[in-house]
Amino acid sequence: MIFQGRVWKFGDNIDTDAIIPARYLTTSDPQQLALHCMEDADPRFVGKIKPGDIILGGENFGCGSSREHAPIAIKAAGLSCVIAKSFARIFYRNSFNMGLPIFESKELWPAVNDGEEITVDSTTGTIIVSGGRKSFRINSIPPFMEQLIAAGGLIKHIAKKYNG
Amino acid sequence: MGNTITEKILMAHANLKKIEPGQLINAKVDIALGNDVTAPIAISEFQKAGGKNVFDKDKVVLVLDHFTPNKDINSAEQCKLVRKFALEQQITHFYEGGNVGIEHALLPEAGISLPGDLIIGADSHTCTYGALGAFATGVGSTDLAAAMLTGELWFKVPQSMKFVISGSLQPWVSGKDLILYIIGRIGVDGALYKAMEFTGDTVDKLTMADRLSMANMAIEAGAKNGIFVPDAVTREYVEKKAKRKYTFYLSDTDAVYSDIMEIDAGKIEPQVAFPHLPSNSRNVSAAGNIKIDQSLIGSCTNGRIEDLRIAARILQNKKAAPWVRLIVVPATPAIYGQAMEEGLLKTFLDAGAVISPPSCGACLGGHMGILADGERAIATTNRNFVGRMGHPGSEVYLANPAVCAASAVLGRLAGPAELA
Repeated sequence: MIFQGRVWKFGDNIDTDAIIPARYLTTSDPQQLALHCMEDADPRFVGKIKPGDIILGGENFGCGSSREHAPIAIKAAGLSCVIAKSFARIFYRNSFNMGLPIFESKELWPAVNDGEEITVDSTTGTIIVSGGRKSFRINSIPPFMEQLIAAGGLIKHIAKKYNG
Repeated sequence: MGNTITEKILMAHANLKKIEPGQLINAKVDIALGNDVTAPIAISEFQKAGGKNVFDKDKVVLVLDHFTPNKDINSAEQCKLVRKFALEQQITHFYEGGNVGIEHALLPEAGISLPGDLIIGADSHTCTYGALGAFATGVGSTDLAAAMLTGELWFKVPQSMKFVISGSLQPWVSGKDLILYIIGRIGVDGALYKAMEFTGDTVDKLTMADRLSMANMAIEAGAKNGIFVPDAVTREYVEKKAKRKYTFYLSDTDAVYSDIMEIDAGKIEPQVAFPHLPSNSRNVSAAGNIKIDQSLIGSCTNGRIEDLRIAARILQNKKAAPWVRLIVVPATPAIYGQAMEEGLLKTFLDAGAVISPPSCGACLGGHMGILADGERAIATTNRNFVGRMGHPGSEVYLANPAVCAASAVLGRLAGPAELA
């Protein structure tokens, strides 16, 4: 798959309260959640993104609560994927389970500026910056996670077994 | 080569004879937990997958504790959806209204989570049950849906870190201080994807309440689970509560750990974690003059009867400072009742406290104690992220119940030693 969009950079330890504050968790409607995506990290975020844009996080992105509302809000806001230096484990699991593409790269963060356009090719495992002048490798995805993506998420993956 | 307790529990539930960190396994779950925030999505996913019946109505636990008593129409609708599902599925352990307690205080108290169990919960503080010698970990709603459907879930076997804690605790130092101190040393991703196993002569003497507080906050170091090897303290805690069989797993002496950290507990003072990360912990004696607007005593970390007794000892015949809103949240109806019998609630009322019904509301900035812009709270809770308890411009300081009670009286961050 190819993901193309502008990157929006965030620091280390962006927690799920910053991604979608708990005060909005009285609903699980993706469109409602999308309105508040990243609100406590950058209150202007939703106003400046375009469909396909990419969040670039630092270390431990998505730490804190287990709320799946966090990847749901990101996906419903129209972001195409999240790249981070590293991910907190529940956020990592949730993203694969519900179908938000996420990639790990430690090198990309210092090499791009906010708003710069990048292209991620998940098939070849590369990220291309500045019209091809710079490129970076994505950390490889474990084979089981690839199966989850191919099936369209955890529920579709196990539904075959459950209904079969 | 031996195994850790975490590896042994996973091995038994995956029906394997050998296991090693990094391995992906499919394991049977003993308890699958959801609440009013996470269960609605899980129920919807369960139905999308064609789910008709949950795998075992005794093993799915649904607790309406976050935005309850219902905060608004939206939260009432979420609870209604979960209630309908729980009744249709004849879920044995469904809690709401006068039965509800904060889930991670309620499950151990009710004997639902037991030693040797594999427990998943769509709530990050599910790791609390590691205090009992269970493998317990937080997951998302889709994982909960999968577990409700099949009774199984995939896991990556974590590496284990061992924390050897020794020495006698100073006055007013509790499990909460030990875990804040540890997170301060290793950072909020210091145990990322790993198991945190707590051991040593200090741990041997810790009460179950202290162990529950510590395991509760393993997630704040990024851990998959926190765990204590069960012992006599565990046995005394569970034997009257358990209504089914349980197993004590022990770590082998030649088990392999990715890290071993020795901690001298005798040197640890009561801690305060400054905004906006649980790892910003320092000695309360070095806190400086920081005025507070609110003090919250409660939550899945520190809302147990032992915590309320400590707070009441400090608040006896004293009043919260006039500018401080003191909120006390007994974590379960049983704790509430016990606190009433022991006269603790009278002490809190006389001190000027508001006593809340059991609810997660204030801790996560949901309701029942929200902070305005620029306000500061000290809390016995587990997270102090930006906006955690209200306005993004507010601040949360984390501490033990004694520190929160003393700070309420003095109106600023303060340890109980200052009141003596």
